[in-house]
Amino acid sequence: MTTTPFLLAALALLGVALTYAYRIAVGPTVFDRILGVNAVGTTTAVVLLLTGVVWERLDLFVDVVLAYALLAFVGAIAAARYFERSGQAQ
Amino acid sequence: MRALAIALLAAGVFFHAVAAVGVLRLPDFYTRLHAVGKAETLGVVLVLMAVALWAGPGLTAVKVLAVAAFLFLANPTATHALGRAAFRLGVRPWQREVG
Repeated sequence: MTTTPFLLAALALLGVALTYAYRIAVGPTVFDRILGVNAVGTTTAVVLLLTGVVWERLDLFVDVVLAYALLAFVGAIAAARYFERSGQAQ
Repeated sequence: MRALAIALLAAGVFFHAVAAVGVLRLPDFYTRLHAVGKAETLGVVLVLMAVALWAGPGLTAVKVLAVAAFLFLANPTATHALGRAAFRLGVRPWQREVG
């Protein structure tokens, strides 16, 4: 029962997160950056679960992932609301 | 069971890659929302189903599926909130040049 496929999947998802980081850096609107942060948060939650499989401590990691996903969602909603009321798009 | 989990994992990574290509290449903010809201959500749910299969029946698998259900609802909700905020602030949708 080797966990090598899960390790490879985690590495691939880190590459996906790097492409989202490019979108955060380039923009061009502030909503592109918020979208990139939200997508990186979701991808990080999945990578954490895959790390739990690889290290065989999934019961520990799943609680962390639950809290992390909730925080990323609330952060994205809060940022969207803030810039909707008072921000400039560019 | 192991083969099914690895197949789900590969499909999930594929849809994550589709979302990444979309975020890199699509021409404006609203089309990028489309990539993240649909392709990434499907990829996340597939990968989390693979992890739950790997964990086997028990409390851990139930928690992983709860995370999957939450992200299945939360990711499109977040992208919708972002799209609505951008539209109200006047971000223009992309249009092909007439010519």
